[in-house]
Formats: sequence, structure tokens, C-alpha cells
Amino acid sequence: MDQGSAAGTGGTFISLSDTEQRCYSGLYALCQPDSSGKLAAGKVAELFRASQLPAETLHQVTEVCGAKRLGYFGCGQFYVALKLMAAAQAGLPVRLESVAGELPLPLFIGITNELEMRYPNHPSTNESQPHILGSLTGSAPRPPADRPVLRHPDTSTDKQEAWSPPRSPGISPPRSPSAYRSYPYGAQRNGTDTLLAYDGKVAGCPSVPQENSSPSHYSLKLQPEQPVITRVASVERLVERAEMDYSDDPWRITEEQHEYYTNQFRSLQPDLSALIMGTVAKNFFTKSKLPIPELSHIWELSDVDKDGALTFPEFCTAFHLIVARKNGYTLPETLPATLRPGFVEPGVVPAPPSEATEPLIVFDDNMMPGANQLEMGSVDLQMTSRPGVTSKQDTRDESRKPEEFSPKRIPDPHEKPIQHVSTLKPDSPQELDANMKSRTRPRSYSSTSIDDAMKKVEEPPTPPPRPQKTHSRASSLDLNKLFQQSAQGSRPSQHSLSAKSGWLPRPPALPPRPPATQIFSFLPGSEKSSQKAVQQANFADFSKFREEESSVRGGLSTEDLAPPKLDSTLRHQGHAPQKPVRRKLHPESQSATPPSAAPYSAATLTKSTQRPPPKQKREIQMAIRKNRETNAVLTRLNSELQQQLKVVHRERVTLESQLELLRPVAST
Amino acid sequence: MAVCIAVIAKENYPLYIRSVPTQGELKFHYTVHTSLDVVEEKISGVGKALADQRELYLGLLYPTEDYKVYGYMTNSKVKFVIVVDSSNTSLRDNEIRSMFRKLHNSFTDVMCNPFYNPGDPIQSKAFDSIVSTMMVQAF
Repeated sequence: MDQGSAAGTGGTFISLSDTEQRCYSGLYALCQPDSSGKLAAGKVAELFRASQLPAETLHQVTEVCGAKRLGYFGCGQFYVALKLMAAAQAGLPVRLESVAGELPLPLFIGITNELEMRYPNHPSTNESQPHILGSLTGSAPRPPADRPVLRHPDTSTDKQEAWSPPRSPGISPPRSPSAYRSYPYGAQRNGTDTLLAYDGKVAGCPSVPQENSSPSHYSLKLQPEQPVITRVASVERLVERAEMDYSDDPWRITEEQHEYYTNQFRSLQPDLSALIMGTVAKNFFTKSKLPIPELSHIWELSDVDKDGALTFPEFCTAFHLIVARKNGYTLPETLPATLRPGFVEPGVVPAPPSEATEPLIVFDDNMMPGANQLEMGSVDLQMTSRPGVTSKQDTRDESRKPEEFSPKRIPDPHEKPIQHVSTLKPDSPQELDANMKSRTRPRSYSSTSIDDAMKKVEEPPTPPPRPQKTHSRASSLDLNKLFQQSAQGSRPSQHSLSAKSGWLPRPPALPPRPPATQIFSFLPGSEKSSQKAVQQANFADFSKFREEESSVRGGLSTEDLAPPKLDSTLRHQGHAPQKPVRRKLHPESQSATPPSAAPYSAATLTKSTQRPPPKQKREIQMAIRKNRETNAVLTRLNSELQQQLKVVHRERVTLESQLELLRPVAST
Repeated sequence: MAVCIAVIAKENYPLYIRSVPTQGELKFHYTVHTSLDVVEEKISGVGKALADQRELYLGLLYPTEDYKVYGYMTNSKVKFVIVVDSSNTSLRDNEIRSMFRKLHNSFTDVMCNPFYNPGDPIQSKAFDSIVSTMMVQAF
């Protein structure tokens, strides 16, 4: 049925929200599709009539969706038709463009007796559903006809919840129509759809319209519904529940929610009568991504016995508050009466906290909040798992807590809790770690950033390819020879490189760091060369040049260090903007050559013309290169050491904080 | 009724300080800060052997012409300081003790909250409400 999302007539694709998908798939099933996917015309007609649209509109819908053309209602056509009917009910013209956007679910009245029942119950049930979602305004139950029309997202969500535990759509969070919540709904829906087909319950329809009308359904609702998936009979229950005295109270925990909470509680603490320790609960609730002050406030509200741990009712309360907060409800200053652990709704029969559908059926209309909390705990667990499962299905899942807790939801409701627990745990540690890190280790972040910066700094110094580019143009054999002669010790291979003599000293493949050693060896090597005399004579010059080089280099980024150029000019070549500057320095520093011409050409020219003191130049260049390499190596070493220092600092800080935490217990 | 209530951490930095806004709050901050010296003095007065039996309530730290300062130190070296207006009908010692007891209980509740990191400023609404009940209702 999910194909409905791509419902299209003649290839047009119309996206459907999850709630819509659910509703439509339910309706689709209701219309008794045959093996080829065609829907029974009679059922379709009945459905269309139930939408209470004028006959002309229905004809238009049939025409636009393409069924008229095809002669039958396929899945795609049916879905488009449903969307068009929703648009028509919302007052929009029957056109394909109308269905491009978000629309409330089409309202079908009188399709089944249950449907009718649903409607009157819808408002009440929806409202009775945890209003967290949206019934802040406490809108009165909508008349069924108004469903398609935009209603308070809250109420719509409420209704949906009430309606379709099997449908599960009800709960789609008002906020994110797409993402959401459809997960649980979707999952539930599929299961319930088939069931509904059997039961002939079109409850999903009313709930679906509501869902659509409030695209931003509260995820809260959705979650409670998820557990419902397994409860086919929950529909009946819903009906009964509708009769209950639900009021627009977002602080009332519904049965589904309670079951969900129960499951969540179980994931943290198998024994429902035991306590969840504060740290465990903290990790768990932190995954909801609510700000810490809000979580702190929720804790204060829910931990009524102030023992630093949560009993099952307290857990349900806290979870419920979190869900409410995620759905936009502002947190109350004091705990609402309905959320108090001792609150007991009349007539509620606590059902065993299991995902099984059976207990749901047994449930009376009202769940005892206390008992519900127990169930809710399981429900929560389920719900968290379910949302996770559905989240998989629906990528638009809201960032609900359940989603966070169990991102990997499995469509199978029965498997959900199991998987939920498993998925929940991995999520929690990750979330916890993230939260812990964010809270307790702010410094580490800063240090990591510094480390990153340092790493970045380190990287530039090794641009091996650079020299090649620069040297490529000035690949004069003379230069190569010069370099080769000068760079005897460290880089014989380098020197023998191709015309890219400029960078010969620096092997492109090697990072600048290793050359550092070579630099040192190089220099001695060069000194040992036959040109020793010349070198010695130019030793002072070398140092002079070296200093200049290093000073110039220092001014440059570390990148400059990377390619130690034998020739100062070559070095400059690596850095175009600096070339002219460099060149000037070199010529000035160097006695011989005037690098007046273009940087590269000048270098080459100078090199060629500097034959007379080639050795000197070479030596200078080699020295320069060596210095550069040394600089690069030292810089790298420095950065590495600084990183290590940061790490050690971090550890020290951590240990100190731990020590401080342990110290208060000591007396005086 | 207190004019200023402060909670000082073990390291002598304020975790929570709130005063009646009508008067210059800086003055109260300064008062609380200087009262820490008196607290240290009182604590050091008690021998180490009596550390375990040290009473949490430190009593009147020092009076000025405008107000009186009372101190209370928990076993974990968290200090509560209450500044009361001298013009008020002198509160009985028991009343001050009960105020400290309430503060301590409220602080314990804040500590029990797993989302509260010891050493963080106290932002608990429940704690604020307790403090409000003890502050002078000047507004």
C-alpha cells in the first residue's frame, strides 16, 4: 500500500504523507481489491458516496484520477481519487494541482457502522487521547464533516489516535506530517489495514482525515498508536474509549502511550516494580534531545518522592512530559493531576503490559493512569521501538524521542519491543556519550578544534606536487645539474629527476618532513662535496641566505616549508605571489644573479648565467632547502606535540573533575 | 523574610544567589562574599576532631546596621547564606533554622536530579519557588 505514495494517474506522482498512506491503504483494502489490484467498483462507489461530495465532484474526481480512462480503480487511481476527494472536501477544485500539497484526509461518512461510531467518538476519543499533541486548545470534537478542513492539529491528532490504534495513524504528530510519525502509523496501519479490511472497519478513514488535517501531528499520538497496531480489536476499544469521559487533556496518558511507556521502562528495567536509577534515566531521556534544563524540570516534576530514581509511574509521567514537550506543549509548573502516580481513571482495567493485541481488547475504555503508567511503560517501550521502526520507513520521522531511541524500527510490532530494546541501547550510549561530552567536556571540543587547526596547519607544508608545477616551466637542464650536484647526500634521486629541476631537491613523493633529516645530511653532504671550498667561502652567505629564507619562509605559510627549493628562486616559484618578493631577496642576498626577468624565466636565466658561482648558489639553495625541510619537520613535530599536550590536558581536566566530584563526600 | 539568599559551592563560587531586586543587588553580593570569611572562621574554630559533629547551622555570622547575615554549611561544604533585614521584626532563631532546613531539602532535591551536574548554577524551578517563599514579598 505504500505505493500510494507514488499514486499517479498517467505517470504523475503525488506524494502522500504517511498518515495519508495509511488511510488510503486502509480504504484500499476496504474496497476489496482483486488480484490485479483493481478495486471493486461497488465498494469504491460506496466509499465515494460516503465522502458526501456531490455527484458531479465525484465524477470529476473519477475523471481526473484516471479511473474513468482506465475503466477501473487501480491503486494509483484510487489514491489520487482519495486525495482529490480530500481536496474537494477542503474546498479546493478537483485538479491534480490541488493534491500536490498537504491535505487533510478525506472524510468518509457512513461507510460502515463503525465508521459512524468512530466519528462521534472521534472527537471525544481524540480529545481524550493525550492531548499532548495538540489539544492544548481543547478544541471541541470536530464534527466529522469538518475533519478534512483544517482543524486544530491537536484535535485532529487526538482523533486519529483514538481512532486508529489499529490504524495507528491517529497519532501522527502534528508537527511533521511527513516524518512522523507515520512510522508507527504506517507500521500499524499496514497491519491494521488488512485487519480492518476483514472487519470492514473504516475507522482509519476518519482517523486518517484527521491526520491529514493536522499534518503536524504530534508524534506522541503516533507512538501510542504504534503499539496499537497489534491490536486489531483496539478499534473496538477505541469506540468504547470514545464513550469515555476523555477531555481535551494533553496530560492524560492514553492506553497506547502507557503501553509504550511500559515497553520503554522494560527496556531500561525489566522489573516494572523496580526503580530506574537516575543516571540510567538521564541517559535515556537525554536521547530525546530536549535541552537539559527542560529535562531537569521534567525530572523535578516527575520524581515525586525525590529519591533520585524513577518508579514506573514516575517514569511514565516523565516520558509523557517529554513527549508533550516534544510536541510543543509547554511544561507545567506543577504536575498535572492526571499525571500523578496515584491518579486512577475510573473504569480502567489495567491490561498486562504486553504488545499482544489481546490485552488491549481487554482494556476497558479508560486506563488507570497508574496502571496505565505501567502499561504505558511497556507502551512506551513499544512506541519507542515502533517509532524507530517506522522511522526507518519514513525518513521524515520527527526527531522524537522514540525515534531517537530506536531508530531502527521493525514493522513487525511483536518484534519491535525486542528490537527496540536492542536498538534502544545502542542509541542511548551514543546519545549519552554525545550529551555527556557536550556537558562535561566542553574543553575537549575546543581542543579538538585546535587540533584540527593544527592538523590543517601541518598539512600545507607538504605539497609535493607543487615543485613540479613550478619547476616544470623552468626545467632547465642546467638547474637540474646544479641541484644534482648540490644535493648529493640527501636526495640523489631527487636531483636526478626530470627537468623539473627546481624541485628536485624535494621529492614530490616524500612529504617535506623526511627531508628534514636529509636537509641536515644534505648540507653536510654538500659541504663534503668537492665544492667544499666554495661552500665554505660562501658559508657566511649561506647562513645569510638561510636566514633570509627562513624569515621569508616564516612569513609564508607552512606550505612554503614543504617544498624546499634548492634555488631560492625555485622556492619562490612554488608561491607565485611571493615569487617576485623572493626573487628579489635572493638576488639581493645572492651576490651573483639578478632575477629581473619573469620569476621562472629569471630563475632559469639566472641559474644559467650564474654558472660562474653555481656551486655557491647551489650550496645556498641546498642550505635553504635544508632549512626549509628542517622547519617543516620541526613544525610538524611541534604540532604533534601540541596535540599530545592537548590530549593530556584533557585527561587531566577529566581526572580533576572526577576528583572534585568525589571529594565533596570527604569531611572538612 | 530574607532579603537575599545565596548558595555557595565548596569552592566558594555562587551556585545560586538571589536577592530582593528593590535594593542594590551588588551590595548583597558583596555581603555574601564577605560573609564567606566569617564562615571559614567559624568552621576553623571547630576542631578537626569535632568535624563530624559540627552543626550545620552556623548562626548569625555578623550583623550590620541594616541587616543580619546567617550562615549554614552542609557536610559537603556547600554554604547557604541568608541575609535578613534588620528592620524586620527579628526573626527567631528557629525560624532561621527552618529556612535553612527548607533550603537544604530543596538543594538536596536539586542534587538528586540526574540532569543537574554538581557545580552548575542551580536553575531548578522548584528551588526558585522555595526561595521565593522565603524572600521578602516586596513586590
